[in-house]
Amino acid sequence: MAEKEVTLMKGNEAIAHAAIRCGCDGYFGYPITPQSEVLETLAAEKPWETTGMVVLQAESEVASINMVYGGAASGKKVMTSSSSPGISLMQEGISYMAGAELPALIVNVSRGGPGLGTIQPSQADYFQTVKGGGHGDYRLITLAPASVQEMADFVDLAFELAFRYRNPAMILSDGAIGQMMEKVVLPPFKPRRTEEEIAKECPWATTGRIGMRKPNIITSLELRSEEMEQNNLRIQAKYRIIEKEEVRYEDYMTEDAEYLIVAFGSAARIAKKVIAIAREQGIKVGLLRPITLWPFPYERIGQLGKQVKGILSLEINAGQMVEDIRLAVNCSVPVEWYGRLGGIIPEPEEVVDQIKKMLI
Amino acid sequence: MTHEIIISGFGGQGVLSMGKILAYSGLMEDKEVTWMPAYGPEQRGGTANVTVIVSDEPVSSPILSSYDTAIVLNQPSLEKFESKVKPGGTLIYDGYGINTPPTRKDIDVYRIDAMDKAAEMNMIKVFNMIVLGGFLKVHPIVSIEGVLKALRKTLPERHHHLIPMNEEAIRLGMEIIRKM
Repeated sequence: MAEKEVTLMKGNEAIAHAAIRCGCDGYFGYPITPQSEVLETLAAEKPWETTGMVVLQAESEVASINMVYGGAASGKKVMTSSSSPGISLMQEGISYMAGAELPALIVNVSRGGPGLGTIQPSQADYFQTVKGGGHGDYRLITLAPASVQEMADFVDLAFELAFRYRNPAMILSDGAIGQMMEKVVLPPFKPRRTEEEIAKECPWATTGRIGMRKPNIITSLELRSEEMEQNNLRIQAKYRIIEKEEVRYEDYMTEDAEYLIVAFGSAARIAKKVIAIAREQGIKVGLLRPITLWPFPYERIGQLGKQVKGILSLEINAGQMVEDIRLAVNCSVPVEWYGRLGGIIPEPEEVVDQIKKMLI
Repeated sequence: MTHEIIISGFGGQGVLSMGKILAYSGLMEDKEVTWMPAYGPEQRGGTANVTVIVSDEPVSSPILSSYDTAIVLNQPSLEKFESKVKPGGTLIYDGYGINTPPTRKDIDVYRIDAMDKAAEMNMIKVFNMIVLGGFLKVHPIVSIEGVLKALRKTLPERHHHLIPMNEEAIRLGMEIIRKM
């Protein structure tokens, strides 16, 4: 596939192509709907014959995430992908990676839960992703793509952030973005880093003790409480920097907005249609789309809270992000939630009706 | 121009691939396109539908409550989507799959006997392209050249000898569609 070519593909396929192109060293995963095309596309593309990227179907999600841990510990650019129940299985590994300060990419193309749930789209993994699905005081850098193009673009960005802060990063998508096909321009090819480059860029990694340097130990275990508190404080200080530096969001028709929708991912796409319909009826609605779910755009939503008469949190779940929006506006304006559950996606007209009912 | 289309029928009728070819044809003509399948546990004979949006502007919601055109290939699809055609919109149905025809008077209804014609002419494999031809006769949102370009692009080389048959099917569909 030539560079800069506009093509049509599914969000899941875009993830796979982008991974190969951004110099990913390894993918470890286990199939699950609605994200199986990630592994399928990688298997079809055979990157091990071209870039040398390893692609492995592990025996389970637990195995996948621990393979990612191992690859990341040696400074490699490694990733996995799964969908909600599979991501739940990975939570221990994700917490360990956050504790051991390892960079990696985890893609969640989420589906309706709880439990085995349904294979249809859902955003019900918001809490799990941004409030810590695993144990301990940790955070996941979380990017929420709203298009196939962003599925492609966020792979490289997620790796970049993960390595900059030595922390796992997640792309939180859903079955709608994963399964739909749209135009996409794939990122340019970047070579995989050489062993020397990895040793230089990741001096913490277990790359072999060249020149008898001090051994690097990758672990989240520290039995001395005083030391463990210091580890936690160091990690927390890093999180404060991420919260300051890495907030990303999209403002859409907010300049003159009297009402605001806050929505991410596929819900934000629906919101844009809602805004078009509402504005035809003379209701000035705007959208604030968090692109990073953590760090969350509290400050920008707080500013908009002073401008608008009401906020609707449009989520394809039972109302999870609504809590963060309320924190952001600190009760200065009513914040309502609307969404559908179990794999049903709200339709634009029904959301317009809800805005009229709840906010106006 | 934005055209929002739902194509719905039985699994195995080529609903998803027809949508894909339409979307790809839009891409070939520099339009914005979105192809959103109602995915599920796929099986032959199960239900299948796909939303295709072809536009001159960036596409907002891939999930819609109403459509400019509904192409329905069986009775359950007609029952589900007749009411979701926008007033003044278009409904195209295949006569073979529909026992109770649509009743709405505020939309343009077209019938295409694609299944019968395909069986008659031994063209069952390109049934969906006959339907696509019918749609493009009513709404020429992409050109036949665009469709053929898309086929050349999406079909593996070993299947390129089938492209003339696809073109024939599109042209046949354009001939046999009729307004009700």
